[in-house]
Amino acid sequence: MKTNLEFLADIHNPETSNIPYSTLNLGPTHPATHGIFQNVLKMDGEKIISGEQTIGYIHRAFEKIAERRPLYQITPLTDRLNYCSAPINNTGWYLTTEKLLGLKVPKRVDYMRVMVMELARIADHIICNSILGVDTGALTGFTYVYQYREKIYEIYEEICGARLTTFMGRIGGFERDFSPKVFALTKQLLIDFPPVWREFESLLSRNRIFMDRTINTGAISVDRALNYGFTGPNLRATGIDYDIRTAEPYCSYEDFKFDVPVGTTGDTYDRFVVRNEEIWQSLSIIEQAMKKIEEMGPGVYHADNDHYYLPPKQEVYKNMEALIYHFKIVMGEIDAPVGEVYQAVEGANGELGYYLISDGGRSPYRLHFRRPCFIYYQAYPEMVQGQYLSDAIVVMSSLNVIAGELDA
Amino acid sequence: MEGITNHEIQEFLQNNLGESILSVEESFGMLAVEVHINHIYKVVSYLYKDETMKFQFLTDLCGVHYPDSTNRELGVVYHLQSMTLNRRLKLKVFVPVEKPEVPTITGIYGSANWMERETFDFFGIRFLGHPNLKRILNMDEMVDFPMRKEFPLEDPTRDDKADFQFGR
Amino acid sequence: MSTKITITEAPPGEEGPGFFATSLDHVVGLARKNSIWPLPFATSCCGIEFMSTMASHYDLARFGSERMSFTPRQADLLMVMGTIAKKMGPVLRQVYEQMAEPRWVIAVGACASSGGIFDTYSVLQGIDRIIPVDVYVPGCPPRPEQIIDGVMRIQDLIGKESVRRRNSDEYKHLMEQYMIK
Repeated sequence: MKTNLEFLADIHNPETSNIPYSTLNLGPTHPATHGIFQNVLKMDGEKIISGEQTIGYIHRAFEKIAERRPLYQITPLTDRLNYCSAPINNTGWYLTTEKLLGLKVPKRVDYMRVMVMELARIADHIICNSILGVDTGALTGFTYVYQYREKIYEIYEEICGARLTTFMGRIGGFERDFSPKVFALTKQLLIDFPPVWREFESLLSRNRIFMDRTINTGAISVDRALNYGFTGPNLRATGIDYDIRTAEPYCSYEDFKFDVPVGTTGDTYDRFVVRNEEIWQSLSIIEQAMKKIEEMGPGVYHADNDHYYLPPKQEVYKNMEALIYHFKIVMGEIDAPVGEVYQAVEGANGELGYYLISDGGRSPYRLHFRRPCFIYYQAYPEMVQGQYLSDAIVVMSSLNVIAGELDA
Repeated sequence: MEGITNHEIQEFLQNNLGESILSVEESFGMLAVEVHINHIYKVVSYLYKDETMKFQFLTDLCGVHYPDSTNRELGVVYHLQSMTLNRRLKLKVFVPVEKPEVPTITGIYGSANWMERETFDFFGIRFLGHPNLKRILNMDEMVDFPMRKEFPLEDPTRDDKADFQFGR
Repeated sequence: MSTKITITEAPPGEEGPGFFATSLDHVVGLARKNSIWPLPFATSCCGIEFMSTMASHYDLARFGSERMSFTPRQADLLMVMGTIAKKMGPVLRQVYEQMAEPRWVIAVGACASSGGIFDTYSVLQGIDRIIPVDVYVPGCPPRPEQIIDGVMRIQDLIGKESVRRRNSDEYKHLMEQYMIK
């Protein structure tokens, strides 16, 4: 039985290198690719010799659209980047605009944002890990655990009205305070979800078949991962504990106590286990955030910013200034200050960055999204070289490539 | 953790790479350094290898188009990061639109591969030495460069949405 | 425990001891509409709402769609969910052409129906530019209840369709307009 290195040496050996290979087209529509992207694999039987990706099948030109829209109308575009965890994208965009405007938000708003972002992170990891189970054949985990994503959708609906593409919050805070039902639903989730997640983990983490399929498939070393620009759970699975929430805290994350789980070899099993652990850490952060908000009591839910936050309707009917602001905000006639800002948040897949260049008009001059999926998906051919086709499916699933974020 | 200040980075750059730096400015806590176009590879690899700086992570690479600044219309912005010092740095190069050629940095960072292809796709900036410079997000048959300011957002051949209804 | 069970209505016809006479269209329509095998062509955010529709809460399998066919050769209903870019258009067309008659298409979401919020150079402004569509489900993304409503409208269309429709002149003219052989 040849090792991978001997096999590769054979290919590059001029005497024996006429191995006939076949080309297999994996995608763009394939049940195992979560989204639309194509991999053209060169195979020797079942072994993969090399691969090349084609993406851009869902390119929607977000960056070009953003040059036409006023600042708060760009939020629906950010929703549709990593649509499994839309509140994180929204909050990242608001942090960018608040940095440009020099706006300081109250602590209570920070804690509300943390609660919402961690719920989104749990929702994204639920999908990633249960679909990893589906790709190895375990459908039970998916149908059992997806119910709790519906419960998280109920919390989103109570906060902002939408399930998936949320547009949660406004520049400076939230559009309305969290009602008591939000806290009741979240408390119920914190009671109901842990036993379910423990059961899901027990289904797969020590399952012989799952472990055989995922240990040592798609491993990547620390140096190669850093060179390819990995961030997020994929990087933490290789052993580096880099998390933007601890390295450059935003949104008052320094007030929370949580651990950053890391793996060792960077293979598929490590990515699965790191995401499982991150859900436990997120549950603990949500509990801390809820306790902090309840200790502060009912209070402010937005910063005072006349230029970007709609005034209360009672004022609009009585007060001339409020009427003018209402008109200008809705018609999008407010100019942003000149400046260049970069803000990164810890998305569910890694560092989601917004690079905004504003020239003093109402819409950005240039807005660039630093999308983690786009950057780390380049490493895929290197991760599957020399492995079998069934491993390629499992590796792609564990990387959590979301097509909306890949193509933007 | 504060490992080093922007001022110290600026001094380091002036001392060691003075002839490659055209201008330095700071905005929102991040240094933005404009680099001479022929020296970009040298600057990036110096910052990569230096033991005190260790800027060994490429966060982002994107393009910009300023149609009004003659001879410097197209720009490339590099966001570098040093995880050990917890610092970020921005490098910029500008090229004229008649000859938009920039040396590639895929030799140093593997992640620059697709990011440079995206910049080529959107702005038409050719990266000299790139292993596989072709379009990545748009269709291969496309001739124009869509993110340049003169290219329209909407598809001009569509016939079901009248411009006057949308205020255009 | 309630003993109320919903049974689908029998089509109109003549009944007698040991036989039931009705029109072939009705029987074939009844059989087809309660056993649709969809092909989920999920491209973006609407695909995640489809996953919710398929999961246990808003179970789509109740309507006969237990088996999601991922190959067009064995699928009845093409559910296009999400934005179709111009780069993806030929792929969608190829998938549609491989489906065997009778086939139906449902466009789920604003992007598949008309391009949605993405009025740009790279997005196809509606899939009905390249393939004929039977039902449009608006929404961004539509709730699972709306997607199920769309499937129920398709069931109505299937139940009332004549067995000879696919050979009729009207249908041939429709296919010619889209240049589908």
